[in-house]
Amino acid sequence: MNSIIFSAGARILVALLLVFSVFMLLRGHNLPGGGFIGGLIAAVGFIVYMLACGTTQAKAALRVSPEALAMVGLLIALASGFVSILFGDPFFTGQWWWVGGDSYATAVVRPNTVLVFDVGVYLVVLGSIVSLACAFEEEV
Amino acid sequence: MSWLLVFPIAIPFATAVLAYLWRNGAEGKWISLAGSIGSLIASGLLMSAVLREGVIAGQMSNWDAPFGITLVADYLSAVMVVITAITGLATAIYAMGEIEARLERLGYHALFQVLIAGVTGAFLTGDLFNLYVWFEVMLIASFGLLVLGGSKAQLDAGIKYVALNLISTLVFLSGIGLLYGLTGTLNMADLRGAVAAVENQGLVTVIAMMFMVGFGVKAAVFPLFFWLPASYHTPSFAVSAVFAGLLTKVGVYALMRMFTLVFVGDVGFTHEILIWVSVLTMVTGVLGAAAQTDFRKILSFHIISQIGYMTLGLALFTPLALMGGVFYLVHHIIVKANLFLVAGVAQKLTGDTDLNRIGGLYKSSPWLAALFIVPAFSLAGFPPLSGFWAKYLIVMASIELQAWVITFFALLVGLLTIFSMTKIWGMAFWKPHPDGIEPVPERIPAAVRIPMMIPIVGLAAMTVGIGLFPEPFVQFAEVSAAQLLSPTDYVDTVLGVRGMAP
Amino acid sequence: MESLTAIIVGVLVAASVYLMLAPSFLRFLFGLILLSNAANLVIFASGRMTEGAPALVPEGASAPTGVVGNALPQALVLTAIVIGFGLLAFTLALAFEAYRRLRTLETEEMREAEPVEGGEETRA
Repeated sequence: MNSIIFSAGARILVALLLVFSVFMLLRGHNLPGGGFIGGLIAAVGFIVYMLACGTTQAKAALRVSPEALAMVGLLIALASGFVSILFGDPFFTGQWWWVGGDSYATAVVRPNTVLVFDVGVYLVVLGSIVSLACAFEEEV
Repeated sequence: MSWLLVFPIAIPFATAVLAYLWRNGAEGKWISLAGSIGSLIASGLLMSAVLREGVIAGQMSNWDAPFGITLVADYLSAVMVVITAITGLATAIYAMGEIEARLERLGYHALFQVLIAGVTGAFLTGDLFNLYVWFEVMLIASFGLLVLGGSKAQLDAGIKYVALNLISTLVFLSGIGLLYGLTGTLNMADLRGAVAAVENQGLVTVIAMMFMVGFGVKAAVFPLFFWLPASYHTPSFAVSAVFAGLLTKVGVYALMRMFTLVFVGDVGFTHEILIWVSVLTMVTGVLGAAAQTDFRKILSFHIISQIGYMTLGLALFTPLALMGGVFYLVHHIIVKANLFLVAGVAQKLTGDTDLNRIGGLYKSSPWLAALFIVPAFSLAGFPPLSGFWAKYLIVMASIELQAWVITFFALLVGLLTIFSMTKIWGMAFWKPHPDGIEPVPERIPAAVRIPMMIPIVGLAAMTVGIGLFPEPFVQFAEVSAAQLLSPTDYVDTVLGVRGMAP
Repeated sequence: MESLTAIIVGVLVAASVYLMLAPSFLRFLFGLILLSNAANLVIFASGRMTEGAPALVPEGASAPTGVVGNALPQALVLTAIVIGFGLLAFTLALAFEAYRRLRTLETEEMREAEPVEGGEETRA
């Protein structure tokens, strides 16, 4: 698709989609959103970029191979499940902490393993969808 | 305690990731080997815990059953996990010799470890929907392994394998949906009570038949086995060994679990069907093998006929029969994987697997011949090898029920198995090679030969070991059969105990 | 609602069986897609249908108020859809590769793994 309008517009669209995907990832636990849908949105961003500028450039923009990204995501998701072993809970039990403020409700930051898991899922989805799209793009 | 259930699944997954990231160098195979050893240790620990304390259950994420994800290990699950780890280790060693760098770069080791993780997960899960998910994990990995390398025959076989397995998965999934609509739960332990309480038992039987078809395709029973002989002879030998050993057994395990724990309301109907399905599976499998002349195709058909014995153990539904079924399951995984590994060495030595085009192995490689004899005769049921005890238990169970027709077929199929094994013996080992090649072991470079021979020797030693000292294994099978027939322990452990100590 | 869904499932299954009996693998694949959708609908319907009541917890509360849809089958369906999507993508890629190499998707002609007895002349 060699359209100047599309490839110029794609740059803005891709940036927006990537920011939106991170927004979706972060609001995920209590509101609609999460790692899966975030990863899908990010993957759509890369697919748009792929259509506008070609597979090679999109892969270069991703820096690492999409398969490796998915694999690292799997490892992160798996690792988040093992944190609970330190606290005597079963596998994958969510661990929540809070920093700043007086109680959980007023805390500034609330680091937790659930978000780490979601980040893993985000990477798995992003990596596998992009690699799938690359595979089809190269074949057709 | 629940952590013991997690490691046998988590270790292969982590290994898969690492093996994939280092797939381009020589590290991949060593990572895979280390991971397989780790899984074996983890499953050994699980086994010893189960032997010590009976059924172990763990609620993942601390959500109580029947709402959360439950992992359970009773005797049957534990032994299946251990045998999966053993087969995994054996094939991982074998793959170090057989699998070329080209396939390693495509991610062979990662797919293999994901397959092991999927199989282990299927054995440990206590929840039907999770069983479906593990089946899919296993399937997608097996699809990848089957077509890895992408020869024409592999692609053709892959299409058939994928198509029939996807149908079975969808039948299984619809069964899950209907069962949930009927009972409102998918936890297997919870289902036992919930299914018994359903008013319309006719519907339950219909759903039971859907499960029987879904698992039956996986287990390759008559008349749903056509994908198996169409595909198992095409991938590399390490892959077909692990397929032959493990994949169909997951189907058998799922049948055993569901038809002892959940669908026991109409045994006279469901298990009666299963009896005749089993007998037909045994007979068609062995007759199909008689018509083949390819090493691996003969073995593939024998998987089918042996599956019949295992499902027969379930279908007869007496303590002795189930005991035989469990024993058979374990014995068969070792023996069948080993036979495929031997076939791989034979192919490397003689250049083919078509029995008409090979020969001379006995003269040039007597050690390989001896190592073939052990699993082959065990498969046919010769004393004092492991297969003898397995067949003995099943036949005794049918005699106990005075089911003479079944006894007759069980013995007849054993006899015909000997016929096939002697055919392989006569054509591959005894007669001279038609092209005058002398298949001496030195035809394979030592770096390939040694890792290929280690697992063959190891598995053959296990076959002989089980055959000579069957007592502890038979006792173990007896306890697991008792657990299957009266699963109160299983149900209570899953539902009763809240958040067991980690 | 349930009976309407049941009818849709029935139509989908009938269409998929018809497609799967066709001699072309591509048609078989389309049948498979329909069957997978039918299976997903079965799960969805088995959780009972509630109209216009998503299983969301209102701000500040800790449990949903009033009658809401059953969230579990929705989660199951979502999982099944994702898995089904992955498998179908793989199958499609496999079919494409098979077509490229074997030059056919007619199942009768795909005899690479199981050659016809009697050899080449029957195939040609």
